[in-house]
Amino acid sequence: MSVDIEVYIALSAILFILGAMGVLVRRNAILVFMSVELMLNAANLALVAFSRLWGGAEGHLFVFFVMTVAAAEVAVGLALIVAIFRSKQSIDIDELHQMEG
Amino acid sequence: MNEFHLGINLLAILPEIGLVLLAIAILALDLYWPESRRRNIAYVAAVGLAFLATLPVIFSPDMIRNIDPEAFGNGLLWGGMVRYDMLSQIFKVMVLIAAALTSLMAIDVKGVGRKGEFYLIVVVSTLGMTLMSGAADLIMAFVALETTSIPLYILAAFKRDDNKSAESGLKYFLYGSFASGLMLYGLSLLYGFTGHTNLYSLAQFLNTETFASNPLPALGAMALVVVGFGFKVSAVPFHFWTPDVYEGAPTPVTAFLSVASKAASFALLARFFVAVFPESVVIGEQGLQTFWVQLAAVLSVISMTLGNVIALAQRNIKRLLAYSSIAQAGYTLMGVAAIQANTVDGQSQAVAAIAFYMFMYVFTNLLAFAVVILFSEATGSETIADLAGLSRRNPMLALAMTIGLLSLGGVPPAAGFFGKFFLFKSAVESGMVWLALVGVINAIIALYYYLVVIKVMYVDRSEDENKPIPVSRPYVWVLGVTTVAVIALGTFAAQPIFIWAVESAKSLFAA
Repeated sequence: MSVDIEVYIALSAILFILGAMGVLVRRNAILVFMSVELMLNAANLALVAFSRLWGGAEGHLFVFFVMTVAAAEVAVGLALIVAIFRSKQSIDIDELHQMEG
Repeated sequence: MNEFHLGINLLAILPEIGLVLLAIAILALDLYWPESRRRNIAYVAAVGLAFLATLPVIFSPDMIRNIDPEAFGNGLLWGGMVRYDMLSQIFKVMVLIAAALTSLMAIDVKGVGRKGEFYLIVVVSTLGMTLMSGAADLIMAFVALETTSIPLYILAAFKRDDNKSAESGLKYFLYGSFASGLMLYGLSLLYGFTGHTNLYSLAQFLNTETFASNPLPALGAMALVVVGFGFKVSAVPFHFWTPDVYEGAPTPVTAFLSVASKAASFALLARFFVAVFPESVVIGEQGLQTFWVQLAAVLSVISMTLGNVIALAQRNIKRLLAYSSIAQAGYTLMGVAAIQANTVDGQSQAVAAIAFYMFMYVFTNLLAFAVVILFSEATGSETIADLAGLSRRNPMLALAMTIGLLSLGGVPPAAGFFGKFFLFKSAVESGMVWLALVGVINAIIALYYYLVVIKVMYVDRSEDENKPIPVSRPYVWVLGVTTVAVIALGTFAAQPIFIWAVESAKSLFAA
């Protein structure tokens, strides 16, 4: 049984919009970060689906690179969140207001 | 598929190979040298980067093409991942010079200068920027963007025990990864529409009946990509991270990310939009180029105006330079809008104006930031009012700052004058007289807040006037090089360099 390309793209679009909404609405740094990851993975799903549609390998290749980049982002992002938590005992991004103007 | 010529392919990424070797060398020296000698790592990084900056010019693609035209082909090397052309080389030189000067500027900054990993991360970020300048494939563009950005997130938070620095790092990271997520989705859509990832073959596959009658998908993908680039160059309305990150990050990092990351982003932006969304692709009865050119014009106007108006109210010098840098992005976007000119000559002039502006901006902004670093390391203050009496505490420093600020404001004989002149000229010649007028009005507004800083330095008195500000040897070099470059680019060197840039920019429009 094969599933139409439209279904994959629709799912990826839904995931992407959920991720983008999450970034805009959530105030906890970890949850914002998870929403960003959701957006990246929505793009991955779209890439894999398109790659099947076109029968080429570029999409798959792209996904591998995106996964590597996402892993690097996780490493850096979590370290930054820990650094903030150590000084503020909170990771609420509304409390990040040392600088104003 | 063409035969693979290893030699020419290696030449195309020679600076990148050099950067990787330099990064390994720095890592090894950091382990091997005792604490007392680590200051020398800055010199190793600076000399290495300065040497690498000469390679793109020595091994110019024009020369290589003449030697072996067949192997060179159309300059798309590494399976179409990078394009080896003169324009990419110019931007590589820019980011390498910026990184070299940044390394020297960081040398005596507390909590930064003696840590080998600082220079390592700068070099890795520079590697991403050089790849961005030549990227000719969606995959390469994305990977290069992230190779640039992820180290910059770390650099912004480098003083991790300092609340402001950690906060600026996290903000930069959250906004930055959000923007790259949006952009990545745009790139995946572009791949989906065409089945190709090479920038130079995308356009012909976008040019189909389906998109001509239904423009929304292509425009949606374009909008997502514009958001990503808008964030990287800090154009309004994607600028909200800029002031906080600039203020909180260690000052050498601010300097680096304000010039190098911006220059590399403009290089990729110009190549990306010219190649992927050309006028020849017609959707909804209009050429694709019309859409992004008008978008660039709008972003240019609001970036210039908002950046300059908010800068008027700033008290912190780094924040002032942050808003000034938003305005500078606005001026440069004027060059992007001018790509709508209908001759290749006009288009090349617009791209060359962008390149020249970024070239002079590298030196100008680094000059201003070098003075800010020296001042804040000596006094611990970043407030504009505290600059009072600088002309009596260290006349040379005040003079250097004056030259930098006048160049940012666009006053001859500093380089900023010709930078703005070329941009305004290409805007007028492409038929956007109104845009150039907005630019001129903005340049006048901007001059006010630059002159206020100069007035504070020379006229205002302070109680600390008898405390001189020391300038150590590496900073003498930085100030000397940048000042000479700013004056040279504002006088005799402006015309030859611009003509060279125009010739190089033509490679962007050649198939």
